[in-house]
Amino acid sequence: MINRLKHMNPVFLVLLLLFVAIAILSPYFLQPAGYMNFFKRAAPIAILAVGQLYVINSGGFDLSAGALVTLTVIGSSILLDGDASATWWVITAMLAVGVVVGTVNALVVSWLKVPSIIATLGMMITLGGVALTWSGGAPRGYLPENFRFFGRYLIKDLPVIKILPVAVIVMVVICAAMWWLMHRTNYGKRLVAMGDNPKAAMLAGVPLTQTRVVAFVMSSVSAVIAGILLGGFAGVSTDVGVGLELQAITAAVIGGAQLLGGRGTVGATIAGALVLQAMFTLLNILGFPKPIRDVVQGLILISAVVIAGYRRRRSGG
Amino acid sequence: MTGDIAFEMKDITKTFPGIKALDSVSFAARAGEVHALVGENGAGKSTLMKVLSGVYQADGGQTFLFGKKVRFSHPLESLAQGVSVIYQEFSLLPDRTVAENIFLGREPTLRWGVLDSHRMRTETQDVLALFGDRHQFEPDTLVGELDVAQQQMVEIAKALSLNARVIVMDEPTAALNDTECELLFQLVDDLRTQGRSIVYITHRMREIRRLADRVTVIKDGKVAASFDDVPETAQIVEAMVGRDIGHFYPDPANPDEVGEVILAVRNGGNDRLFDINLDLRAGHITGFAGVQGAGRTALALALFGADPFDRGEVTIDGQPATLTSPRQAAKAGIAMLPGDRKADGLVLMQSVRDNGMLSARAFSPALGHPDKTPISTLDQMDRAFDAFDLRAASYEAEIQSLSGGNQQKAIVARWLSLKPKVLIFVEPTRGIDVNTKAGIYAQMRELAQAGAAVMAISSDLPEVLGISDRVLVMSDGKIVAEFGHGVSEAEVMHAATEAHLELEAS
Repeated sequence: MINRLKHMNPVFLVLLLLFVAIAILSPYFLQPAGYMNFFKRAAPIAILAVGQLYVINSGGFDLSAGALVTLTVIGSSILLDGDASATWWVITAMLAVGVVVGTVNALVVSWLKVPSIIATLGMMITLGGVALTWSGGAPRGYLPENFRFFGRYLIKDLPVIKILPVAVIVMVVICAAMWWLMHRTNYGKRLVAMGDNPKAAMLAGVPLTQTRVVAFVMSSVSAVIAGILLGGFAGVSTDVGVGLELQAITAAVIGGAQLLGGRGTVGATIAGALVLQAMFTLLNILGFPKPIRDVVQGLILISAVVIAGYRRRRSGG
Repeated sequence: MTGDIAFEMKDITKTFPGIKALDSVSFAARAGEVHALVGENGAGKSTLMKVLSGVYQADGGQTFLFGKKVRFSHPLESLAQGVSVIYQEFSLLPDRTVAENIFLGREPTLRWGVLDSHRMRTETQDVLALFGDRHQFEPDTLVGELDVAQQQMVEIAKALSLNARVIVMDEPTAALNDTECELLFQLVDDLRTQGRSIVYITHRMREIRRLADRVTVIKDGKVAASFDDVPETAQIVEAMVGRDIGHFYPDPANPDEVGEVILAVRNGGNDRLFDINLDLRAGHITGFAGVQGAGRTALALALFGADPFDRGEVTIDGQPATLTSPRQAAKAGIAMLPGDRKADGLVLMQSVRDNGMLSARAFSPALGHPDKTPISTLDQMDRAFDAFDLRAASYEAEIQSLSGGNQQKAIVARWLSLKPKVLIFVEPTRGIDVNTKAGIYAQMRELAQAGAAVMAISSDLPEVLGISDRVLVMSDGKIVAEFGHGVSEAEVMHAATEAHLELEAS
């Protein structure tokens, strides 16, 4: 039992401690409205982080995810302009954009041999430019109610939990699907093997390009989904996605994912995203201003890498 | 001529969590002698040397260096006192020059901290002069441009420039071909004559015979035997494995075991291979000999699609085959066990099981369950591991915690799950201890008997001759000679170098 605790990923313990701290400081958090609101706000970053984990486990980074969130929100509002009947095809179109962006990212890495950090940085700048050009620099159009349903709607009058945000359902469904693909399929095992040692994986028969394309598409599609949720509860703005890719990477790293690939689980990454969100909530309750959040995010990112390295050295003997 | 005791380790004990790596080991070497340290992988040789150099600290026992009691807490401390360890994996920077590597971290400076590159060059020149005319590089040569043997010379030069009086070499010939080995042996002879004390870690009996003054055998963290001269090979091997190993190489194939031609190459070639004509038969082990760069590895890579032929034809079971990627080659029934396991074979952070299952998962439906692939289930893989006597704390353990021999078994199991028709072994026993070697040879023979065509490529010539039914000699990208089982080393070496000389002369 003690031994199992020792091998447990510390992110879960940290998350528990943060929840306790928040509950003590703000009893509202223990009410269904309190914690459901927390999970609702954590949903986009959790989805983004798990998408990012696919790319990290493959041995890369996807810096374009945040810009794609922005493009999703801006693009949807312009295409829809309040027309509720268009919601479904716009969502379909945006998911298709996600597939294209992910595929291009992966092929630039695979075929042109550009390091993913550069390829996706280029994509991030490009998408940012597209969003700005398209919107003319200021948010235009607006999102109809049925589009905002996913991010904003609460299912009420339920037993025990009383309310359930649709965003939380989306998070659970998407994360469960991505957990399954990562940990219960041949694809997931190929992906992790490729991130561990691409040459050995290739010589064992793993199709590297195909594996990489799927990983980047998972990240981009998760960014589009996160964008739909954020558009739902935050509305239209041109900086909605700024910095989200870094939060996603931070969340994965807090969860113990190894940068440059080969090690990282979906469960711990979700916990990492919740830790990040809980940290923000705590700082909020304590009354710290927004810039302090960034300082804390930076510090815990570095601490997470240090702690992970220390644990590995100790267990490696 | 041997002198005073250079270093002496007494009753060294070292415990890691859950394992006693060294149990009261005593080991010493005199100035001007080569003391061979042998033992299976994991026996404790490297740990002992790491205690000597201060990478690890002993839990018990004492170390004396030139009569003075020492206790190093960091390799830099032992380095300063004249103890240099040359590991199998070099610590050289490829984009720096030889001189810069030799003086790495202790560069001489002029005033204002300006690098004294002139002094670095001349001092490097002085050290290289100790090698006579055997080094074919200059202080300004980039290390990345040197071959493995030359890089090793740079490592040795580094030790000499630190005036090392005790030099530990950890399997120095692992990556060298025969000519390069001979060069190294001469260097070791020189070092001995200069009065340095050399600890030489190796698996190869031939090298012990050639170099050693004394031999110590370590087994399971204890000294199994210590000889003040070089005893019969059988005595050393017996001490290493704790029993008589019997037949080292399995018997060659009976004529009735040899079947149809499985793989045939006609006029195959690419930028490194020329006019390759080759038939590989079921039940046959075909060995490839040749000097480094003769094209043996290039041939393996061509057949496996990693560096494909761009001319000629390949047929498998009489059908034309396109082998333009490892994935295609694997689908066509070809398997390659790479020589550099760490770089090309293993996914190090993953479990033994994940390593074994990798190819089965690579060739099964992407969304299928990873433990129940149509090619192999996890249970079947576990049984294959059991059958190979693969030893691991658990099959869930990370494969990097296993010894080289057990890692090799996992990769063999990986490929066998695909039921390949042609198996290409590249350096099948590199870095693997004697006892496990015999097991790998037996396995290669069993695979041939089961109907596979087996190709064996190795720079260990006795191994190629011992295991093969037929030996093909390569030189300059061509197959230049063919011999049957029982050919002598001399004949093969003659063929391998003769063709080379003729080419150079023309």
